[in-house]
Amino acid sequence: MALKDKLEEVKKDIVESHVWKAIFRHGYEDTPRNRVLMVTANVWLHLHPAKVRRHGVRMRFTWCMGGLTFLMFLMTVVTGIYLMFYYRPVGEYAFADMQYLEQDMPFGMLMRNMHRWAAHAMVVFVWLHMFRVFLTGSYKPPREFNWIVGVLLLVLTLLLSFTGYLLPWDQLSIWAVTVGSNMARASPLLGHEGPFHEFVGANPVYDARAFLFGGGEIGPHTLLRFYILHCIFIPLVASLLMAVHFWRIRRDGFSGPSL
Amino acid sequence: MADEAQEKKKPASVDDKIHTWPHLVRGEFLVTIFVVVVLTLWALLLDAPLEEPANPTRTPNPSKAPWYFLGLQEMLVYYDPWHAGVVLPTLIIIGLMVIPFIDINPAGNGYYTFKDRKYEILTFFFGFHILWVSMIIIGTFFRGPGWNLFWPWEHWDPHKVQALTNVDLPYLVGFRDYYWSAAFGLFCVVAYFIVGMALFYYWVLRVKGKEFMERWGPVRFGITAFLMVTMLALPVKMFLRLALNVKYILATKWINI
Repeated sequence: MALKDKLEEVKKDIVESHVWKAIFRHGYEDTPRNRVLMVTANVWLHLHPAKVRRHGVRMRFTWCMGGLTFLMFLMTVVTGIYLMFYYRPVGEYAFADMQYLEQDMPFGMLMRNMHRWAAHAMVVFVWLHMFRVFLTGSYKPPREFNWIVGVLLLVLTLLLSFTGYLLPWDQLSIWAVTVGSNMARASPLLGHEGPFHEFVGANPVYDARAFLFGGGEIGPHTLLRFYILHCIFIPLVASLLMAVHFWRIRRDGFSGPSL
Repeated sequence: MADEAQEKKKPASVDDKIHTWPHLVRGEFLVTIFVVVVLTLWALLLDAPLEEPANPTRTPNPSKAPWYFLGLQEMLVYYDPWHAGVVLPTLIIIGLMVIPFIDINPAGNGYYTFKDRKYEILTFFFGFHILWVSMIIIGTFFRGPGWNLFWPWEHWDPHKVQALTNVDLPYLVGFRDYYWSAAFGLFCVVAYFIVGMALFYYWVLRVKGKEFMERWGPVRFGITAFLMVTMLALPVKMFLRLALNVKYILATKWINI
């Protein structure tokens, strides 16, 4: 028997074993039924519908921007978890940890770079995705609600990037966040420099910005708050909304011209 | 996709669905690999910045927000902080959310068309590309110390003299009394919105016709007109500031517009 046949036999033994079949329920048999099962019975693929309009999968229709936004989110999650192993959100340690991570950790600099560029790419991709959806009128009935969820995801994307900006704890980050969070200081009623603040008694250590910062100025408390927001709170909310977003795409159908 | 060209020639049948596996999943997989490779190469070549350790006692000049917020920071030049930082961002978010409900044009649902959606697309293009993106470009490349305008190739001179001759509009036209100034400013702002919305009303009537206006209804019209006029206020404010050195139109103890 030739070696090739031997290998075929081994392969057959493996893919027909009890264990293999318990994990991979469906083979690569190219039948219409199996193609549907491949999607519906797979945890990674089941958010896809079994079948889609031919129009909806064309690259020059979607520019792949929604999917790439999600990919960038996944990239930041993976690299972000790596960074979390080496980083302490404490005033005394944060910057030193950044240097340690960049100079001494294996692939530390690469992971940090990928985390940052993926985050920036995510912002750009969200905007382009929104632009594409607008150009194709894909927010029109029955997809109005998903557009709203998308706008919320856009805001969360910006907030994710913004809260991460503070974590390196260098000059760039604290001053960028100082500028960015001045809007909290200026918010009406709730900010101590906003209009009508005297009616609620907002002051520099007790107003919307102080709530965000954990004090009157950016300090170690701010770092911890932004860290929790960046690593837990906003990703959690964003993940929930993404599940809704993707599910609605599946339920409302891929957009395309009416037949 | 390889068989796409061949399939495209067929006339659209009612059942034009294809299997997600492999037609869609294969494409997603390939694009993912390609983009991850590009991102990795990019990350190998370009390092993320890390400056000196945080020092609350040393303020850099200029301090810039992250680039995607520079549009808002740039608006601080023309508006009060609470306006540029709170009111306008909120209106942008709400304005985006109401788009599906104020756009009742049934054409262009799910395909590219400029002809059928000329005004919708031009409005979005104006708001997104002209206002938002160009503000970011100005904030990123053309702002230096003191948030003064600099060309990208110009040396950032912190001592560049900025003529501080900005005045409020009521002052410019001769009002010297606080209450009269405020009243005049309020009049100007209200008049701007009333005239702007009225002009928008007649413009929509001219372009889309009476039948459309009736179908659109007063609520949709009101929201759209308000957002439209608010959006156009930014270039108006920019013109007043850059050409006439006008700081605020309405200036009171609490609210400046």
